[in-house]
Amino acid sequence: MMIDKSKLAIDIQGVDVHYHGFAALRDTSIQIEHGTFSGVIGMNGAGKSTLFKVVMGLVRPTRGRAIVCERTPRQAQKIGCVAYVPQSEQVDWDFPISVYDVVMMGRYGAQNIFRSPRGDDRARVEGALERVGMAEYRDRQIGELSGGQRKRVFVARALAQGAEILLLDEPFAGVDAKSERALTELLVSFKAEGKTIILSTHELTSLTEYCDHVALVKHTVVAYGPTEEVFTRDLVSHTYDGIVHRVAFAK
Amino acid sequence: MEFFLEPLQYAFMVKAIIVSSAVGAVCALLSCFLILKGWSLLGDAISHAVLPGVVIAYILGIPFGIGALFFALVAVLMIGLVKNHTKIKEDAVMGIVFTTLFAFGLILISRTASAVDLMHVLFGYVLGISDGSALFTIIAALSVAALVLAFRRTLLLYCFDATHAQTIGIPVRFVHYSLLTLLAITITSSLQTVGIILVIAMLITPGATAFLLTKRFGAMLEIAVATSVGSSVSGAYMSYYLDISTGGAIVFVQGLIFLAVFAYTLARPIRERPAKGIASEPKQA
Repeated sequence: MMIDKSKLAIDIQGVDVHYHGFAALRDTSIQIEHGTFSGVIGMNGAGKSTLFKVVMGLVRPTRGRAIVCERTPRQAQKIGCVAYVPQSEQVDWDFPISVYDVVMMGRYGAQNIFRSPRGDDRARVEGALERVGMAEYRDRQIGELSGGQRKRVFVARALAQGAEILLLDEPFAGVDAKSERALTELLVSFKAEGKTIILSTHELTSLTEYCDHVALVKHTVVAYGPTEEVFTRDLVSHTYDGIVHRVAFAK
Repeated sequence: MEFFLEPLQYAFMVKAIIVSSAVGAVCALLSCFLILKGWSLLGDAISHAVLPGVVIAYILGIPFGIGALFFALVAVLMIGLVKNHTKIKEDAVMGIVFTTLFAFGLILISRTASAVDLMHVLFGYVLGISDGSALFTIIAALSVAALVLAFRRTLLLYCFDATHAQTIGIPVRFVHYSLLTLLAITITSSLQTVGIILVIAMLITPGATAFLLTKRFGAMLEIAVATSVGSSVSGAYMSYYLDISTGGAIVFVQGLIFLAVFAYTLARPIRERPAKGIASEPKQA
């Protein structure tokens, strides 16, 4: 896919999203550049997931515009430039499907309507599995993995898809500290290759170690920018209605 | 040998075995997707909802498959419509839609057809199936089976992770309604074999049995089809020798197989069991 990385990865301007008359996001704007690692934080129900859905083209804003890789979200879907790593609780871990099968699903968008894998697809799946260190588990049923391994399978799927933008929805829930570190190191290495990483998280303590940008969400994007400018006591405290303890702020 | 060959001297038995097997196979394929998607109740709903279609087709003298399919699609659309425009949860919506349509069918049947006809619609009568109906059933079953197998990867992705399907540009809504339509055709084609009530079992039990035995979806499809076709054939023989309801025998055998497999999975050493979601690492305090 042809993507000009000097342009914005995500450009959202003045977006409103309503669900059944309730405003999930109001007048929301955010511009994210390629090759950045952004942490999206905010309370539950603050609109983090809705923001992700706008980027993925799953909800249509009632006002404003969303541009992803210089395209509408729907056109961006077609070229597979956005990949989504779901929350663990959204996945049926008893599903009779192997690690390899899940990663192969990353290739479906590029295949014919019967989704029959070709040599190139298999090579990409193998490569993605190697990259996340899950090659030896390829035949495991997905429920037979630890929390950290489960995440890496879905990250491998995003790689196999060839996505430029990776959205991860609370990837550290149910993952121990060691696995969290392994996962963030992997994601940072993707960033170094020019991919754009965006993750939502409640782990405020370790955020500054890997996120170069932070977005604060409270029914709109309160602030977005370099971590040292945005991840401050005042702004984070505002985002969390003043309830913030023992967090290493930038200032 | 005589035991197996004797019933085959009769054309109605040969027809019954072939039709039951075709229906068993296609129901088994769909059951794998339905139980993974959590749609078992939807099969229940659609199968009841086709009753008025069958009766109206009977009144008009058109092939009853057409009426059944029409009402199956009416039920699907009504369930979708009510669910999308109210706060009522899907199971309650399905309950309202299918019981109302079923009741409508009962009203129609009470004015037009005999109690015997009602019994045949509700519980099937494969031994009396006409050549035309048999042909319709087999063609419908084979068509649905071919489509499900051809598009199994897309259907499986839709069941497993519809969000991912949508983010890579798969037309999820189209896949959703296609799967429902295939389900409606399958139920319609199964009516004469096992009837409205027992087709529900055909759409759940084979997939559930296979799910207990394997962690691979491909194997799940194979096991489901094998147990379902096996049940159909043995059910047909049982009904011949014991003079019992064919549909009843088929579904009863399916249930027995499920129980046997369930007992086997309990008796099996723990390390060989398919893991049931090994605990994720405890979250760091």
